[in-house]
Amino acid sequence: MEENYVYKKVGSVSFAMLSPKIIKKMASAKVVTPELYDKEGYPVDGGLMDVRLGVIDPGLRCKTCGSRLKECIGHFGYISLARPIIHFNFIAIILALLRITCRDCSKILLPESKIQQFSEKAKQLNPADTRSAIKKLITQSKNNKCPHCKARQYKVTIEKPTTFLENDRRISPIEIRSRLEKIPDDDCAFYALNSNVARPEWMVLTVFPIPPVTMRPSITLETGERSEDDLTHKLGDIVRINQRLFENINAGAPEIIVEDLWDLLQYHVTTFFDNDVAQLPPARHRSGQPLKTISERIRSKEGRIRHNLVGKRTNFSARTVISPDPMLGLNEVGVPEIMALKLSVPERVTEWNIEYLKKFVKNGPKKYPGANYVIRPDGKKKKLTEDIIEATLEELQPGYVVERHLMDGDKAIFNRQPSLHRMSMMCHQIRVLPFKTLRLNPAVCFPFNADFDGDEMNLHVPQTEEARAEAELLMLVQTQLISPRYGLSVIGCVQDAISGNYLLTKKDFKLKRELAVDLLASVGITDFNELPKKEIVSGKEIFSVLIPPDFDFVGKSRSKEEPELIIKSGKLLSGVMDKNNLGEGSGLLLRNLHKKYDASFAVDFLGKLFRLGIAVLLKRGFTTTIADTDLPPDASKKINEIFASSEKEVQALISQFNSNNLEPFPGRSARETLELKISEVLSRARNETGHIVAEYADDSSHTIIMANSGARGNILNLAQMAGCVGQQALRGKRIEKGFNGRTLSCFKKHDLGTEAHGFIKSSFKKGLKPAEFFFQAMVGRDSLMDTALRTPKSGYLYRRLSNAMQDLRVEYDGTVRDASGRIIQFSYGEDGIDVSKSEGGTISIPRIIQSVK
Amino acid sequence: MTTKPKDDVAVPGSLLSEVKEANLSDLKEKNVLKALADEYDKMKIKPGESVGLVAAESIGEPSTQMTLNTFHFAGVAEMNITTGLPRIIEVLDGRKNLATPMMDIYLKKPYSQGQDIKKIALSIKETHLQDVSTEISINLADSRIEVFVDDAKLSEIGMSKQVLFSTLKGEVKGLSVDLRKDFISFKVKNKEEGINAIFKMKEKIKTLVIKGIKGISQVLPVKRNNEFIIITAGSNLKKILPMPFVDETRTVSNNIFEIEDVLGIEAARQAIIEEVYKVIENQGLNVDIRHLMLVADTMCASGKIQGVTRYGTVKEKVSVLARASFETPIKHLIEASLYGETDHLKSVVENVMLNQPVPVGTGMIKLVTKEEDTKEEKKAK
Repeated sequence: MEENYVYKKVGSVSFAMLSPKIIKKMASAKVVTPELYDKEGYPVDGGLMDVRLGVIDPGLRCKTCGSRLKECIGHFGYISLARPIIHFNFIAIILALLRITCRDCSKILLPESKIQQFSEKAKQLNPADTRSAIKKLITQSKNNKCPHCKARQYKVTIEKPTTFLENDRRISPIEIRSRLEKIPDDDCAFYALNSNVARPEWMVLTVFPIPPVTMRPSITLETGERSEDDLTHKLGDIVRINQRLFENINAGAPEIIVEDLWDLLQYHVTTFFDNDVAQLPPARHRSGQPLKTISERIRSKEGRIRHNLVGKRTNFSARTVISPDPMLGLNEVGVPEIMALKLSVPERVTEWNIEYLKKFVKNGPKKYPGANYVIRPDGKKKKLTEDIIEATLEELQPGYVVERHLMDGDKAIFNRQPSLHRMSMMCHQIRVLPFKTLRLNPAVCFPFNADFDGDEMNLHVPQTEEARAEAELLMLVQTQLISPRYGLSVIGCVQDAISGNYLLTKKDFKLKRELAVDLLASVGITDFNELPKKEIVSGKEIFSVLIPPDFDFVGKSRSKEEPELIIKSGKLLSGVMDKNNLGEGSGLLLRNLHKKYDASFAVDFLGKLFRLGIAVLLKRGFTTTIADTDLPPDASKKINEIFASSEKEVQALISQFNSNNLEPFPGRSARETLELKISEVLSRARNETGHIVAEYADDSSHTIIMANSGARGNILNLAQMAGCVGQQALRGKRIEKGFNGRTLSCFKKHDLGTEAHGFIKSSFKKGLKPAEFFFQAMVGRDSLMDTALRTPKSGYLYRRLSNAMQDLRVEYDGTVRDASGRIIQFSYGEDGIDVSKSEGGTISIPRIIQSVK
Repeated sequence: MTTKPKDDVAVPGSLLSEVKEANLSDLKEKNVLKALADEYDKMKIKPGESVGLVAAESIGEPSTQMTLNTFHFAGVAEMNITTGLPRIIEVLDGRKNLATPMMDIYLKKPYSQGQDIKKIALSIKETHLQDVSTEISINLADSRIEVFVDDAKLSEIGMSKQVLFSTLKGEVKGLSVDLRKDFISFKVKNKEEGINAIFKMKEKIKTLVIKGIKGISQVLPVKRNNEFIIITAGSNLKKILPMPFVDETRTVSNNIFEIEDVLGIEAARQAIIEEVYKVIENQGLNVDIRHLMLVADTMCASGKIQGVTRYGTVKEKVSVLARASFETPIKHLIEASLYGETDHLKSVVENVMLNQPVPVGTGMIKLVTKEEDTKEEKKAK
């Protein structure tokens, strides 16, 4: 596969305008007729589909280069225009040039002395500033005579889109062109034009380039009918009108007819370049949909640049629904066998692996693990089929490449959109598994932001050794453990794994030694020496088996009984494992383990931790029930009392307001003050019910365990289920919208009370009243809208940021520079610390002091 | 990939002083410093790291989780603060007209303890003529505008009718102002003015500033950390800072352009960092400050604040293709053709377009190997 090496790189790309000379020179055909095909369906000579312009039909050969379909890249043609046509994209430049140059001698409208001055100044200006500077200079001079030839000047205006007027008289493109022609090269420079590549008169077209057929291929419909590309349609219009214009001029037609045709040609040329011009009706298909011409092809998200050039498509990729599998390693991905049969990895045959690779060839494309293709040293790719297996086996020798099926241990890049940060694309090890979903360890859901409600993910298989090496060294899950955003672990335990470890490390967890061994073994631990040799072991002791013996850590727990988390010499002495320590993006436990040992250890540790948590729950049993939200009668009574008193308070406030006795807060009206006060009373009431619920809740109930460990939910959720849902706030206020003077028709007008403005007294368990339900739906809809509005906004911000900053990199001298070498920062982040190697953005001095003897 | 610790690692001063503060014995301190230098060296960012993109990711990714809201400031009506995503967009856009400009005015000693706080606050608040008048009416017969002044309100802001009259005289141009018995009359000097002009005039007269500092529409004295400060809606640093009672070292505005104007670009950079950080912190998100620094530095690198838009930082790029791939590609391609620009493919997107390695990270390294001559070649030499 020698031809796969990069021999040449593009060093630079230059931009310039096409001069009429170049247009003619690069053209391989002159187009003279708008016809496309003759009766036999063969392209007409001198037509728009001329075979000299490239081939798009199988079987034909290009008359210019002699190559076949797909080999021929296409060739330009040209037409000479009967009359000059203004190029729409240069309108602004032409107008400015006409204004700043003399109408007679075409010199710049500045006296010699000022020209000298300006050319000095212009050297320091960028093009855009040069232009505005000279425009300003000339309008300021207010001289309506040319300083060179003393000719009187008139105001040039533009009648959009393409008509120029001087003193309300039209200037024809012919005259414009002749004026532009006369502008000296030196004067062009004053308007920041490089006359070597962009002479002003080239902005008025006399010859028109016809793009190659290959960039406007026609599609053959099922009926055998040909459907031409939009550009071909447009070019047809241009050629036809140009032809008519020629004929009319030659026949000596009246000027008015010629002018009409000329304008029509101008319209067609303009819409050829840009079919979205403000003052022009867009050119349309017969069906009424606007044609997609050159500008539309390039710009916008679906245009050439963003869709095809910056965004690429890949082979060797797969996509399907994901599902969880905690028995997989964190850095593994379960791939269904059907996928493994299609995805392949090229492996070069050598003397040493020929027997190994022959096995794959022997299995063929249908039997796993087999091979799909064999590439011969001369680069010929052969698809393996049942019938050629035998022959290929004989033929196989060093130098061949076998594209074998994906196997366990191969590396692949796993991705979930939106790929917002680099942890959205991580390298995983393949595990080929039965069934039809991609599987991943639930602990890596967080960096991908994945869940299993139908999410799909993509898999990409790198095809070269270089790509594989980079993927493995830079993108493997363990290299991505620490987030570059905040310097803490992004992968931690989630949900059940947290609840499990929480229960395990709680004070009263005790287990017989046999059972503990059983538990640990199910997690994958085989060395039980660390487990104390006594009949009954505590949960903390079981947990400590996982921790390496030389690890010390001091941290915090969420638990009130054991707020301090102490690990000494690999033994968990105090503290309960919860989200603060095991969760992602919080706490230094995982970070320190990662730092002290290495990334692979951390991944392995996390995997075990995760399985341990789940194993504990499996042994113990863990479900939630509606009874978790039951409250003892006292509690309900207390809650009712709170409501009664707060209701009274609110009523008091309202009557105070109605009798104008409410003293307003400074700067607020009485009505606003009332709102604030009511909100305060109600939120107090809600908080109190929350406290009561928390107080009476059974700490051993599973709902509370989940909330306390941080696995899922919080006390507030429980309070909403058991106590009361609380005030529904729309845009930071109580609900006010709705009918005239009231929120819903079931309330009295001007009712300021709690229920009429969205306070939900019921709990979710009790069930909501219709009005309450409606208010909740209102708020729910509002938050949905908020999300829907936010996503595109933040997406755009992100696109702008990444576009603006993607070239910044750290140089060898430690500075941050952009692509042009301009220094942005002298030292990255003022101290040069890499966040993804730091501990939450800093170096922990206490930790160092502790570790140093 | 173990590298030997270098002898000359320059550890930042803040870390060193933290070690000093721990009061360790000499020997231990020495060892700690050694370990610190070692760790610091390992933690340093490596050449080629694509820090820009990492920073963009670090701000872009959490921004999807932010809420889209402005919240009301407790106490004063019509005083709300733009927070969340809209505020971040506002700052990074480099927008000059903020949705909610604000200032935190810190005060000098006696005032910061609460002395005359209300008076000071009111004295900087912008007061319009309509705020102190009961009625502004048009007298069509005499084609003049009559303003009836509310004496109570006037005395509330500490102004006499005479003072008001003379300030008004100074403020208006092209109008003759008369102090009548119970109203102030404004008359157009040029008699040819039509009724339309008078109506327009009335609107103008309504919002004549008679007292305070322009732009400051609300003031709110609050106690923060044992001292009184004045929070204002509307911002005018230039006018506020020279005031005798203002502690000019701590007073801040949330308008970055004003800060740039008054205090310079370095202050503006700091303001960008702080403003964005405030929002992110407020939302309970965790983003390292280094990323914000990099964004702020990119915005300020040219010496002027440039927003992260096609008119700002993106315009500064040298590469035509990079600019074209962002927004308005046609415009950039046409411009490029006029100067005959050459794109040297030094940045990322161009190379993506051409399927070439990008010049960051591992793509930055160009490996040159010297191939050893074969035996035949050696002989030939």
